Formats: sequence, C-alpha cells, structure tokens
Amino acid sequence: MHMPLTDTLGLNLLAANQHQADHNRQHFDAWRLLCLNVMSSPGAGKTSLLERTITALAPRLSMAVLEGDMTTTLDAQRLEAVGVPVVPITTGRACHLDASMVSGGLKLLKQRLDPAALDLLWVENVGNLVCPAEFEVGEHLKVALLSVTEGEDKPLKYPVMFREADCVLITKIDLLPYLPVQVERFVDHVNQVNPRARVFLLSASSGEGLGAWHQWLLEQVAVQVQPLPALVIR
Amino acid sequence: MHEVDMTRCLLLSLNQWKGQHRPKRPEVSLVHLQVGAFTCVEPEALRFTYGAAVQGGWLAGSELCIETIPLRARCLRCEAIYSPEPGNAYRSPCCDHPMEEIVSGRELRIRSIDYQLHDDALIPALSSSP
Repeated sequence: MHMPLTDTLGLNLLAANQHQADHNRQHFDAWRLLCLNVMSSPGAGKTSLLERTITALAPRLSMAVLEGDMTTTLDAQRLEAVGVPVVPITTGRACHLDASMVSGGLKLLKQRLDPAALDLLWVENVGNLVCPAEFEVGEHLKVALLSVTEGEDKPLKYPVMFREADCVLITKIDLLPYLPVQVERFVDHVNQVNPRARVFLLSASSGEGLGAWHQWLLEQVAVQVQPLPALVIR
Repeated sequence: MHEVDMTRCLLLSLNQWKGQHRPKRPEVSLVHLQVGAFTCVEPEALRFTYGAAVQGGWLAGSELCIETIPLRARCLRCEAIYSPEPGNAYRSPCCDHPMEEIVSGRELRIRSIDYQLHDDALIPALSSSP
C-alpha cells in the first residue's frame, strides 16, 4: 500500500499561457513596440475603428496588425486595404486568441518585416466578451470596445472584460439620437467595475471623439518607444 | 468553450509536475483548484472537459475538486470589505464607491494535488512521455 501524498502547487491555472505571454512581451519590449489587445463582442466596431485609427496615425507611427478571426480572413483583407501589414490568425473553433497563437502570428510577421521597425502592434481579438478576458497574449494594454447599440448593462453583465481593460471605448455614439439609452449610464457602469480605465466616447463613422483617443495612443506609444530615463536616487 | 483551452493549460502544468517525480510514477486522485467567482470560468464546464480530456491517459480516474472563491472588494473610502453582486451591483454599499480593489474572486489557481507514488518505474527506453 502506498502512502497518500499531497503536493501544494499554488500555481496559476493558466501558467502555460502566461509563460508564453510573458515570452511574447519580452520580444515586444526588445523591439521597443507597444502591443495592444483589442477586444469586444462581435460587431462592436473593432475593424472599423482600426481602419480609421490606422489611417489617421499612419503618418506618425509604423504599425502592423495580428488579426484574429474564427474562420475567415475578411477583416484582414479590410485592414490590408488601408495599407498596413496584416497577419491573419484563424482560430478555428477557439473563441479567443491565446499567447501561442500570437507567437505563431509573430513568426509569420517576421518573415515580412523587421518588428523592431514597428511602433505599434495591434492584436485584434476574436469578437467575444467572455473568453479573451482571461487569456493574455503578451499585450501591454487591453482595449475593450462597447458599442452603444449593445445596451448599457453590458459592463455589469460581462464585468471581467471591462475590469481587465486599461482603456474602454464607447463606440457608435453617432447612433445615440436613435437609441433609448443614456451615454452617461455606459460610462457609469464601466466606472463601477473599473474606475481606473480610461474611457473614450467615439464614432468611427462620424469621426467624433477620435482625436482624444488618438492622442492617448500616441502618448502610450511614446512611453514604450522612448523609455523614461533611469531614476537617479540621491 | 474556453474551458477546453483552460484544461489544456492545466494538463501542461500537470505533465510538468509529473516529470518532477521521475522515475517514480504518480497516480493522481484529486486535483484541487481554486476558482474565483469573478472569472470567466464555469466550474461545471471545467469538470466536464477535464473528465473528457484525461480519458485513456496517465490522469485517467482523477477528478477536479473545485473550490469557488467569492468576490470580495475593499471600499477605498472607508476600508470596509464588502461582497459585490456579480452582474448587478459593484459599488460599495457603505460609501457608494466604485469597485476599486478586489480582495478575492480573481483566482484561477492549481492549489494542490492528491496522489500516490508508484515505484514501478517505466522502463527508461519506453518512457517517452514528458
């Protein structure tokens, strides 16, 4: 008869993914680029926003996109059309990107360009408000989109996504006059679960609010691309 | 169904743990997990996918024991610990302050493993599994 034994691990359940995510981030840091993980439900406007934002920032930043999609490369084609290198990552059954998929995407990207020449790498995640929240891919910042047509209650019903986000974009605000919603309630509900998130109200189709979002992006890239001088301790 | 991918991550960690015991062979009975209420994990779905994934492998017959950790937050205004109602209300009932500091509920942790060690080590030439 063998003795029953117990080992205490205290290990992150997603340690394997976390390990790969940390590895990806080390590469991003070595290349001095900022990586953003863009997440939302399907149809919240991730690709439309990227089309507008990439076009607007192209004169100032060098960018590329890793485009997660379950089965098609339609979004990748849309973003290629605005003149930015795009690597499609079709996830098949999986409803989110994980760190190893992004690592695979990076290998393909490296065949086309030198990542050290990039300032900003966009990872457009699969449309889903649940799963992507738990799977880091190595990003520096998480950006969550919430379109006003989805309803004011979504930050309360899918709180983990909005809690994890560093930045929340309330999108499609040009549609507000036609909807029985109050934009203040979207902001308040995000604030309830995540008071530290930067919140921007914008519309990719009218262009309203894009300026403040783009300014914030440029500031974040500046922090990553030109690290702060080392602190002098007196 | 992201529990499938979570199970895959869990099995990678368990395989690594198994490697630490070579050349002895651990026979696992229970894997204790701590899963916070403020995560995207459905414990029942995780148990189901684990049961399916371990069939026929070295973990066959083992089960998950999942402890759910409740969501608790600290009001940064008055320091009170409170229990937000997931899906409904996250502000502190004392000061109506937003949910700033989460005390518990975000856990996704392999806490411990119950097992027995067998000395009948696999013949080295045949033990190709990690």
